[in-house]
Amino acid sequence: MANNKDIIYGLYNDEEDLLRAVKQANSDHLEIMDVYTPFPVHGLDPLLGLTESRLHIAGFIYGLLGTLTAFLGMTWIFTKDWPIIFGGKPHWSLPAFIPIIFELTVLFSAIGMTVTFYIVNGLGPGVVNPTIDLRITDDKFCIAFDKSEVEASKAESFLRSSGAAEIHSKTI
Amino acid sequence: MSHHVSSIREPLVQGHKSYHDITEDLVSPTERAPGMAWKVGFAISVSLLSFGVFCILWTIWHGIGTWNLNRTIGWGWDITNFVWWIGIGHAGTLISAILLLFRQKWRTGVNRAAEAMTIFAVICAALFPGIHVGRAWVVFYFFPYPNTRGPLWPNFNSPLLWDLFAISTYFIVSFLFWYTGLVPDFATVRDRAKGLRRKIYNVLSFGWTGSAKHWQRWESLCLILAGIATPLVLSVHTIVSFDFATSVIPGWHTTIFPPYFVAGAIFSGFAMVLTLMIVTRKVLHLEQYITIGHIESMNKVILVTGTIVGVAYLTELFVAWYSGYVYEQFAFFNRAVGPYWWAYFGMMFCNVVSPQIFWFRKMRRSVAVTFFISIVINIGMWFERFVIIGTTLARDYLPSSWSYYSPSWVEIGIFLGTLGIFFTLYLLFTRVAPVVAIAEIKSILKSAGDQYTGPDAVHSSTEHVEEQAHD
Repeated sequence: MANNKDIIYGLYNDEEDLLRAVKQANSDHLEIMDVYTPFPVHGLDPLLGLTESRLHIAGFIYGLLGTLTAFLGMTWIFTKDWPIIFGGKPHWSLPAFIPIIFELTVLFSAIGMTVTFYIVNGLGPGVVNPTIDLRITDDKFCIAFDKSEVEASKAESFLRSSGAAEIHSKTI
Repeated sequence: MSHHVSSIREPLVQGHKSYHDITEDLVSPTERAPGMAWKVGFAISVSLLSFGVFCILWTIWHGIGTWNLNRTIGWGWDITNFVWWIGIGHAGTLISAILLLFRQKWRTGVNRAAEAMTIFAVICAALFPGIHVGRAWVVFYFFPYPNTRGPLWPNFNSPLLWDLFAISTYFIVSFLFWYTGLVPDFATVRDRAKGLRRKIYNVLSFGWTGSAKHWQRWESLCLILAGIATPLVLSVHTIVSFDFATSVIPGWHTTIFPPYFVAGAIFSGFAMVLTLMIVTRKVLHLEQYITIGHIESMNKVILVTGTIVGVAYLTELFVAWYSGYVYEQFAFFNRAVGPYWWAYFGMMFCNVVSPQIFWFRKMRRSVAVTFFISIVINIGMWFERFVIIGTTLARDYLPSSWSYYSPSWVEIGIFLGTLGIFFTLYLLFTRVAPVVAIAEIKSILKSAGDQYTGPDAVHSSTEHVEEQAHD
């Protein structure tokens, strides 16, 4: 977001107007820069051609890392680093390791996924992203076009015909 | 939004709300000055908190001898309170995780506050193991880290250490889940604010924009966190019950403990959610978002889990008798007619008998009855933990060491202090964050708002569904 962009955007009052408009933009072959909504609108992702998020794969890998950390860590500590006999049981007593292995799996997976989520989205404490319109987090659904990608007049006539309640231009 | 909603299903959002009305109703409590009720509540909570801090310092300064524990009874109010708070901390993640997986839409009205409550309750709970070890300043020895004492490691075979891992993980995961849900709502607050307030909320909202790809990842993250938090929430109280079940004390050494503790935790957690939500919805005027229907749904959970707990109590008694093991039989006989018989009957009445009133629809839908019963259950669940801990320890294997225990003023003070911590944090939370998840309420409006469904619907829902079918 380092370079300034000239954008033109339309605000819609309802998510169903938005979905219809995105469909129309697709059939008109207009390149949408982004769509901003106050809540997750279902059915929007396929229209925008967004592929399924791969966060769950990341979550699985982080979880596996947690499993291995706990399992190998306890194994090493109790068999190599400092073997102690507790209650006459074997040093390597796997059933007793299960609770901690499970907890660390969940812990690593949750922390890893959440951190990844904020990094790939470019979000975090202190991040200031350009605000397109203050009402996007309230009740407006926004389709934005980058003027360097789509001719402004084309975008404007599309927004007008697809039922946008308001049309604005802005540099962000 | 994507599936048909039965017209007899009760609307979850009342008052024909528009998206903007929802923002207005849910953000405005954080924007106006607090009312009298809040100020009085806050003053009381902070006083309790301060007294609790004093009692904790007193304990650390003079030692655990200021508690009325003795050589027979080594766990008293400390561990009772610990288990009680951890149990209360179970409803939030249950509501937000398990009900999300079960697609129960009524969770959206209460999940935010319930998750906050979970986090505050876990803070209160974690306090007790920290101070009851005596030397609170070396409590970090619990954690396995490379150290200069060998390195000497904690005992990974010990349920007490499992507990440390379970509770730390539970706290962190619950916090991440809660905060990630809050980020878009903080952005809503930010975009209505000016000046310093806007700057603060921009930091809190992490620069959220509402981009479609962000929402997609956000939903994916919430769903997976829910997926892994579900076994987590079940594991936490299971591991807490291992503290008892893996010991060789009659009355503790039972395989029924994990499911019985988990059911009890959900039961007490929902009771606390109801206690808080009934007050919150009244004070912040959220009756249209936390409806009688929400209260009824929670009362159904209370009825089910309360009855499971009742079955567990009776199963314990039956197994004690059927085992033919005289020490086990004595332990249960002692609970019912021993020196703490009043705690046992308090527990039975509060947890098993009182929720049965919710078989009646009229009672489930009565705010006053629900509020009263929720407090009775909170008390009953405290008694349950005291019965398990205090009563059992008071009569051990050796009659010459039998003893009786009642708390000292310090122990009572610390318990009151945790109530203070809990309510102080909760009251601050209601000032800082929207207590109902704004984005989630908006996303269910089209399928659960009373202008779209139910007897007052003005938009035909079939029209809406047909439109969806073309997608």
